[in-house]
Parts: sequence; structure tokens; C-alpha cells
Amino acid sequence: MRHTLSVLVENKPGVLTRVTALFARRGFNIDSLAVGPTEDPTLSRITIVVMAADTPIEQITKQLHKLVNVIKIQDLDPAESIDRELVLFKVNAPPDRRHEIIEIANVFRAKIVDVGKNSLTIEATGTADKLSAMEDLLRAYGIKELARTGKIALARGSREA
Amino acid sequence: MTKRITGAEALIRSLEAEGLEVLFGYPGGVALPIFDALYDVESIRRILVRHEQGAVHAADGYARVTGKPAAVLVTSGPGATNTVTGIANAYMDSVPMVVFTAQVATSVIGTDAFQESDITGITLPITKHNYLLKDARDLPEVVHEAFLIASTGRPGPVLVDIPVDVSKGELEYAGPNEPVLPGYKPTVRGHAKQVKQAAALIARARKPLLYAGGGVLSSGGTKELKELAELMQLPVVTTLMGKGAFPEDHHLYLGMPGMHGAKYTNYAITETDLLVGVGVRFDDRVTGKLSAFASKAKIVHVDVDPAEIGKNKRVDVPIVGDARHVLASLVAELRRMSAEPRTNAWMKVIDDWRGRFPLHYHPSDSDVMPQYVVERVRELTRGRPTVYATEVGQNQMWACQYLRITEPRTWVSSGGLGTMGFGLPAAIGAQAGRPDHLVVDIAGDGSIQMNSQELATAATNGLPVKVVILNNGYLGMVRQWQELFYGKRYSSSTLPQDCPDFVKLAEAYGCLGVRVTEPGQVDGALEQAFEHDGPAVVDVRVAREECVYPMVAPGGSIDEMLGGVPGCPVSEMLDDELLEEVWE
Ligand SMILES: Cc1ncc(C[n+]2csc(CCOP(=O)(O)OP(=O)(O)O)c2C)c(N)n1
Repeated sequence: MRHTLSVLVENKPGVLTRVTALFARRGFNIDSLAVGPTEDPTLSRITIVVMAADTPIEQITKQLHKLVNVIKIQDLDPAESIDRELVLFKVNAPPDRRHEIIEIANVFRAKIVDVGKNSLTIEATGTADKLSAMEDLLRAYGIKELARTGKIALARGSREA
Repeated sequence: MTKRITGAEALIRSLEAEGLEVLFGYPGGVALPIFDALYDVESIRRILVRHEQGAVHAADGYARVTGKPAAVLVTSGPGATNTVTGIANAYMDSVPMVVFTAQVATSVIGTDAFQESDITGITLPITKHNYLLKDARDLPEVVHEAFLIASTGRPGPVLVDIPVDVSKGELEYAGPNEPVLPGYKPTVRGHAKQVKQAAALIARARKPLLYAGGGVLSSGGTKELKELAELMQLPVVTTLMGKGAFPEDHHLYLGMPGMHGAKYTNYAITETDLLVGVGVRFDDRVTGKLSAFASKAKIVHVDVDPAEIGKNKRVDVPIVGDARHVLASLVAELRRMSAEPRTNAWMKVIDDWRGRFPLHYHPSDSDVMPQYVVERVRELTRGRPTVYATEVGQNQMWACQYLRITEPRTWVSSGGLGTMGFGLPAAIGAQAGRPDHLVVDIAGDGSIQMNSQELATAATNGLPVKVVILNNGYLGMVRQWQELFYGKRYSSSTLPQDCPDFVKLAEAYGCLGVRVTEPGQVDGALEQAFEHDGPAVVDVRVAREECVYPMVAPGGSIDEMLGGVPGCPVSEMLDDELLEEVWE
């Protein structure tokens, strides 16, 4: 099963290494990883997407808890959380096909952020499904380069105590 | 205004503030500012070892016998990397210690400078936590945090890497601030509801068994364990790490379970209907095939580390908490319930097994049996405060089987990592921590050669440890596996019994050396060594091809043991009449 872990950590050097090394050491492959500061500058949030059965994920969560710099871990339930990812696609775009590509971008509420002689760069945000669907469509034109941020996620407001 | 002092001086003040009494170490270039600052310090005893691995094992032995966190100071690069095995050993066995490594200057970190090594990176997976200091002003706080983290919750090693410019740098020292560790909150008290549930199970069980490990010792819960066992008349097994948590001469004591456990011990686990694990981690050397381990039992697991609970074996009642607290609350709850012991018939079954399948070996008039040597060590130290250390291999297992550990923190052995070469330096550290005790290291001829240079440390620091080498001319435990599982092909496991000449080696280091070749010489040699007022080595030439029995084949189920009294699985060993009595 795919799990999305939201890990709140102290914003100190080396903390990301400690967290990711733990996954590596226990033989887990991280599908996606995103890190950034939170509303509190002393804290960072790491969002980790990982494929694992329930028992190993419980073990890795407990091991993460043992890290001195880890403050809180949530295994986010997809139904009760919001997640987003940002992607930049640089797509082959000869002048005669630009129009189609811009159309696709519009459908997905994406933005054209750069225009080259033979390419367009599109910025899109959304859930992993939406971005994959968009990627499928754009592949027909030839994706020259692609960069994804990795998923970020938060529990929905209703989960607040 | 507070006076400005150097980082090195602040380190020493911080160590004094932690109440540190002994520092095990070895100097080198970038560690010199600290060693220099130590020159005039009288409050902290320094023990100069001969190899940094020895320093860490010595600190480990010190911490195990005193219960206090120990400290190590070494230089950067090779000094730091030489500590790795010792740190991993302490990590696996949850031993509290703080290892200070000197580091090259912050300005050259990352440039592959002379004697640079990324020791915080290297030790990431084998420390409870580690620090790379960047600023002398952080030193007091980091040292305080390091000791706190090392010694609370599940204890473990913490490493502090100190660049040379930090130890030379200046700061205004005003003592440590209260540490701010928002992510570090070990749970001490067990959850009341779970404690109640566990107590109810204990009160009801007809064939209960306490399974106690190192967590009982590190929490200081031996008194509470005994109280619980006696209150409900529960038989007790202790793991290798838990030896000394329960007096081994007590009628409720059932030995060490697992690969080299006695038959009656493993049978008890196989038959129990309630296994109460306290401060244990269901290690594979104990459980053998997991599906067959305590397969008839409900399982209660008490551990301060939530990650241990349910890690290997499904648990019915998990209790996260400090073993001492939880044991005390179990006793209180059982008292409140006015629970009565119900184990009379169960103890009869166990006593029957004990009578039929005791640990045993075949004594000899001509050969010195290694088990006999351990028995004589046991008898000749009876009534005398003694700490027993071991190396790793057959020697260690015979020590487990034939010694009687009756006091907490008098047993020092490498459990989780199984580190050959641990025993001698650990014994040295133990002797530093317990100067009034006799300290005996039961050794193998292979293991002792891994850190025999520490005989010099023993001799020059006035630490009169006694090393008893069960010299079989083999890497005995390896040879045993080769005999049993590799068709007696003794590949790379033979060591000449007379090279080195251990008596001469001992003498070269200024220690007493004695050799034993016949059973009749054992007592005299041991007594001579124990009475000697300095360190001593007894080289006992034992029967070369003796095996440790019983033995569970790796991955096998623990009631199917090889060797010892001709036996078979517990299912065929049960006395139906006695069993019926349990249920009536
Ligand atoms: C550092 C290290 N290397 C290798 C091993 C694997 N090993 C386990 S027991 C053993 C043999 C130990 O021989 P010896 O010290 O002579 O003790 P004996 O078994 O003969 O009592 C070996 C090589 C180990 N545990 N530790």
C-alpha cells in the first residue's frame, strides 16, 4: 500500500539525512520526498510517500519517532488529507502545435511559464493522478524535460482537535 | 561578568557537571587541546588504552556495572573510526555512553583534510543520536543533552564530534541551559489500562512465564521483578542480556532460553500459556523459528522502546514503559486484586523437566573440560563479590550455562553484536567501576587475541582483571558449526594452541601468566590468579573438540534441540499426568 507520511522535524542540519537514511537502512524505497520550512521557522515538514505493507510501515514510523529531532509523524489517510504536487514540463512545441498544447494546459488549469523557439514550459499543480493524466497527454508531443517537486500534504481541517 | 574559557575547558567543566569520574581515551593531533586541558584536572580519572576500540568497550563495561553513563575521548580520523565496533556494540546492547571524537577544523571539514573522517555520518545508524559541533558556545548544552539522551529512555551511545577550532575557541561558561528537546519524550509509566489487563492475565494463567531481559537491569527493576515473581510464584527465564536481573540460585529461575538454552528452559517457553516479556526484544537467538516460539501463549510485552513491541512477534498486551515502573504497577495491581499464585502444578512439570534434562557434560580425568573450568570459576568465586565478563563464542555460552549470576550488573557480555575482543577491555572498564570486585573474563583463544594489547592497560592502570582462556586451539564456535553443518571442513578456524604463548604474553605485559594442562591443576591456577594483586592470565588447554549443547539449529524451533540428553520435541516429552494436574 502507498503511504503518505507527514513528518514534523526540528529545522537543523542533517535531520533530513537521518530521516531518509532510516528508510534506506530498512530497505524501503522512497517514492517521493518533499521538504520545506513550516509556519514556525524552527520546524520543517517532510512529506514522504512510500510503498509498504502496514506492519513494516508501523515499524518505520516507530523508528522515526525515536529520532531525537523528529517531533510528530502522521500517516495521512488520503480521504482525510489534501495533497498536491508541482510539476514543470518542458514540451516539444513546434509553432503549428502550440495551440493544442496551450489548450491542454488550460484544461488542467496549468500555466505556461516559458516559451522557447520550439518548446513550451508548463507549470502544473494538483494531485498525482491529475498530473499523471496530463503527462500522458503531453507525451504525444514529446516531453524534453520534466521536474516534480514530490508530494506535499496536510490533514484536512476536520482532523484538528 | 562570567569569565571566558576555551571550548576544551568548557568540555571538562561540563563533564564534571555530569559527575563523570572516569574518561577512557587515546590522544591525537586535533584532540590535543582537550588532552592538554585535562593535564591538571584531578576530578576525572583518565585511563589510557592501547586501541580506541578498547576505550569504547572499557566504557561499555564501566557503564554496565555502575549503571552510570560512561565517556570516551579520542582523536579524529583513525581514532574516531576505531571506535565504530565499540559504538555498534553499545548500541545493540543499549549501553549508555558518550563518545567524544575530535575533528579537523570547521574550515577544512569536507576537504579530506589530514585525519578527517565523517564520523557523525559513519555512526548515524549505530548511535542513539550524534552531534557535530560548530561553535564553542554550544558545547555546554550539547554535552548535557548528550548525557541525558544516552542515559534516559532506552539507553544508548551518543557521539559528539568536536572540531579543533571549537575546542580552542572561547566562550563565556555559565553551565548548561535546560535542554530543549521537543522530539524526545521517553515514556516511563505504563498505560494503566494495559497494566490492568496484563495483571488480569497473570492472575488467571496456569502456566505463566516471566521472560526478562536487559531492560530490567537498565531500569533498575530487579527488586520489582523478584517481587512479582515471588508474589505470583512465576518461573523466570533471563536472556543473555538479562543475566543478573533475577538471582540464578532462586528456585523460580529457569535459565537462559534460546539457541544454547537448557532443554527445560526452552520447553517451558514452548508450553507456557502466558509469556510476560519485560525489557526483551525477542531476538532471533532466543526465539529460533518465530512461529513455534511460545506459540501456545498469550504475550505481554513491556518495553521502554515502542519500536520493539510487535517488531518480531505479535503481542496481545503491549505496555510501553520503563520496566521498573511497569513491574511495580503490576505488583500493586495484583495485590489490589488479591491475586493468588496458581503455578504449583506448573512448577512440578518444570521441576520434572529440570530433573530429567539438566545441563550437563561428560567430565574427564585426562582432559580439562571447558565447562568444568567455568564451574570451578563459579565455585571459587562463590560468596566473593565478582563481576564476570566474557568474550564471544563457546566460552561465552559455557559462561552463560555454568556460572550463577546472583547480583545485578555483575555480568558483562556482548549480546546483540557478539563482538569478539569485547571481554578484556570491558572487564578493565568494569574493574575501574567496581574496584572492590574480583573481575574475571572468561575468554576464548581467538577472541582474546582481538584486543590482547589491553593487558598493558590493565597492568599500567592498576586494574587487576583475571583472564581465563578456554584455549581449544580453534575458533571454537565456528568449528562447532563446521562440525555440525559443514561436514567437518574446518576452513580457517584452527589456531595453534601454543601460538602465542599466552603465559609469555601475559608476562611481557607485566601480568601473571599461568598454564593449565590437566584437570588437577585448575583450582590451583585459578586461586593463584585470583589471589594475585595484579592482572593475570590463566591459559587453560581444554578439550579441543567439545561442543556447546544443547543447541537449536539456526532457524529451528527452540524445543527441537541437538545434543545433551537424548531428547525429542517437547510434545513427546510431556508427562500427561502432570499436565492434567495443571488443568484440574
Ligand atoms: C569480531 C568478530 N569476528 C568474527 C566473529 C564470528 N565468530 C563468532 S564466535 C567465533 C569464534 C570464537 O573463537 P574463540 O574466541 O577462540 O572462542 P571459542 O568459541 O573457542 O570459545 C567467531 C570467529 C565475531 N563474533 N566477532
